[in-house]
Amino acid sequence: MCGAKAGGPELAGVDVANETIIQGSVTRDGEPVNGYVRLLDASGEFTAEVPTSATGQFRFFAAPGSWTLRALVPGATVDRAVVAQQGQFTEVAITV
Amino acid sequence: MSRSDVLVSADWVQDHLDDPKVVVVEVDEDTAAYDKNHIRNAVRIDWKKDLQDPVRRDFVDQAGFEALLSAKGIANDDTVVLYGGNNNWFASYAFWYFKLYGHGDVKLLDGGRKKWELDSRELVDGANVPNRAATAYKAQAQDTSIRAFRDDVVAAIGSKNLVDVRSPDEFSGRLLAPAHLPQEQSQRPGHVPSAKNIPWSKNANDDGTFKSDDELRALYEAENVDLAKDTIAYCRIGERSALTWFVLHQLLGQTNVKNYDGSWTEYGSLVGVPIELGSN
Repeated sequence: MCGAKAGGPELAGVDVANETIIQGSVTRDGEPVNGYVRLLDASGEFTAEVPTSATGQFRFFAAPGSWTLRALVPGATVDRAVVAQQGQFTEVAITV
Repeated sequence: MSRSDVLVSADWVQDHLDDPKVVVVEVDEDTAAYDKNHIRNAVRIDWKKDLQDPVRRDFVDQAGFEALLSAKGIANDDTVVLYGGNNNWFASYAFWYFKLYGHGDVKLLDGGRKKWELDSRELVDGANVPNRAATAYKAQAQDTSIRAFRDDVVAAIGSKNLVDVRSPDEFSGRLLAPAHLPQEQSQRPGHVPSAKNIPWSKNANDDGTFKSDDELRALYEAENVDLAKDTIAYCRIGERSALTWFVLHQLLGQTNVKNYDGSWTEYGSLVGVPIELGSN
């Protein structure tokens, strides 16, 4: 488990058609960063938060619409706007 | 009671890691997080295996709590400092649980595991487990003045404060569970009629630490929660609402606040009770 993996976690076992998935990775200079990713709704309200995996990846089961991802890592905070749709997974690569 | 009695900083914990009368306890939603790494000398309590009855949906009883704390090497006069991931959701739940069974001195690490990690403080390997001698812990009978049951919630509709601390999408019925978990759980979405939606996250800063007492008081005033009235907080399974209970009961000193641990997974599956959909 060293080095960053592109994209989000493996989708095996996930009901992609019925979920609205937002996923991706957090990296610094191509290396995975251990930290947290927050999911904020269209009004900026906190909805969920997950720690990144050892390979820097994260995943949310959301609802269709506009969201903001906020990566929190030691020494940095980075926001990314995303639009999610049911039955598709939205991939977001965040560099800090 | 004041903030300093129930909430300690990461610096304070760092300075007390070798104090034999201070027991640091990790309680995480992800019960395997401790196996990866944890704060040095911290013991683990598993909120599922250790705190829930294995058959019925309820807590371990008084004797079970005594056996658990005795085995963990926690004495009645120890200072217990709880911390965990997810902005202390399950650490707050354990705090409320320790109070339910009458533990004297229990505190939360402000910001929990996240703050500790974002500060880049030391975590030891999961296999590095402290060796604490067993104790003969004595618990009190459950203090139900801080625990609400389903009939209390139904009776509170339109008369007492009901605070729904879930996210706006869970409150309105768009989602049934937090967005990092697959959608499952109660039979029906929505919220208890007359409940106000004040998400737990409004109590905390991005790094997981609690906002100041003044900010917290202003939050509940702005939402028109009359703290002179009795209050019941709920969420999906009672852990996020334990955090709001901690804010109202422990930080703001409101003694008439209960946590409804049955929460939406129970209420949203009851036959015949009123449910409301949509935003406030």
